[in-house]
Amino acid sequence: MSYQNLDSFRDPEVAKTLSGLIAESCQSPMRIMEVCGTHTVSIFRNGIRDMLPQDITLVSGPGCPVCVTDQKEIDDFIQLARKKNVILATFGDLMRVPGTQSSLQKQRAQGRKVKVVYSAFDALTLAAQNPKKKIVFCGVGFETTAPTVGACILEAHRQGLKNFFVYSAHKTVPPALDALMSMDTVIDGFMMPGHVSVIIGADAYLPLVEKFAIPCAIAGFEPNDILASILTLVQQKEAGESKLENTYSRAVSPEGNKKAREVMEQVFDKVDASWRGLGVIPGSGLSIREEFERFDASKAFELPPARSAAPKGCICGAILTGKKIPPQCPKYKIECTPTDPLGPCMVSSEGTCAAYYRYHGAITKVY
Amino acid sequence: MCLAIPSKIVDIQGVVGTIDLEGVTRTINMALLENARVGDYVLVHAGFAISVIDEAEAAQSLDLIRELAEASLAEG
Ligand code: SF4
Repeated sequence: MSYQNLDSFRDPEVAKTLSGLIAESCQSPMRIMEVCGTHTVSIFRNGIRDMLPQDITLVSGPGCPVCVTDQKEIDDFIQLARKKNVILATFGDLMRVPGTQSSLQKQRAQGRKVKVVYSAFDALTLAAQNPKKKIVFCGVGFETTAPTVGACILEAHRQGLKNFFVYSAHKTVPPALDALMSMDTVIDGFMMPGHVSVIIGADAYLPLVEKFAIPCAIAGFEPNDILASILTLVQQKEAGESKLENTYSRAVSPEGNKKAREVMEQVFDKVDASWRGLGVIPGSGLSIREEFERFDASKAFELPPARSAAPKGCICGAILTGKKIPPQCPKYKIECTPTDPLGPCMVSSEGTCAAYYRYHGAITKVY
Repeated sequence: MCLAIPSKIVDIQGVVGTIDLEGVTRTINMALLENARVGDYVLVHAGFAISVIDEAEAAQSLDLIRELAEASLAEG
């Protein structure tokens, strides 16, 4: 059984009308950043660019969690996989991300116990099933994922599990957008990530809208969701307005998912975090609170200090800030491909470079 | 990691929910969602239900889009 209203959000006739309205409304060049990697993929898959006037440029932002994971964090995951008695549990997208010297996939090939899980809850189950092993979960993700990991830490606490650990590399979106606006980027409007917004709520972006007077729209993932959000962004810009429009109100409320936010606040503290390509952003990371520190892998295991910068020649930073698109990277498709990636943007299914690699043939628009 | 397609809840037992997504059933964790009921459509992320789809809001967005379309037809 499927959701009955979905068809309308995909209806090509409606899409045509929306794209006509966008063309009609758009009077001047506009750069819109889609913050979320899932939007990037949906824009390609649905051929959204071809439905837009030349004046509108869509650039991808820092919204693929694997892509913004710092090199030190990737290296730490690899170190953790090498520890005695450890089973490292991770989302599949992290497996092929190149660390300074290795990757989790290479570690697994060398006989380390690295297990791909679909949910942090699977890692918790592993811990209960393997009392003699230490299960370490790689906590990567934004506000959508952090509560799911937080809920697992609370459950591990309740069950009194002593062999479940989380390395928290979680990051939060609003501080990153604030940092992005303070850099020398040209962004005329933000398409906000649908599922991060489900948790934090639409109102979480109001300070950003106010501070930078920038048009913002929360969008769902169907083609007409995306087009409707672009339409409101264009209309705002042409009218000289800057508002927050919620075009995904069927899933996103003004206050978000209160329960999930409470879990997040109960388990994590806000800390400064280092983002790949963006640097350290104040208050944009989540570390495990003292009360639950026995589950904190960064404290339970000894890890070496940071040793290296991002891979040489990879321009992920410029890609993640919307300054460049992948075809402008000299390594793109030459030294960097999904099977032999140089940076995480080419690895993750939500990564901008991977999305371009997969769908670039479909782009007809000149940038 | 995120299923953008809403799935229908067919059963809830404590924090364990069962969803039906186009004929495939799967168990999910309901710990992050208050007030979800059997029959609701939910968004699922990394094994957890994170949001109930609000049918009234969905219908309203569609009405809005339809109104826009009609207005543009009337003008054109
Ligand atoms: S194409 Fe490869 S090297 Fe270039 S920015 Fe993307 S991930 Fe980095």
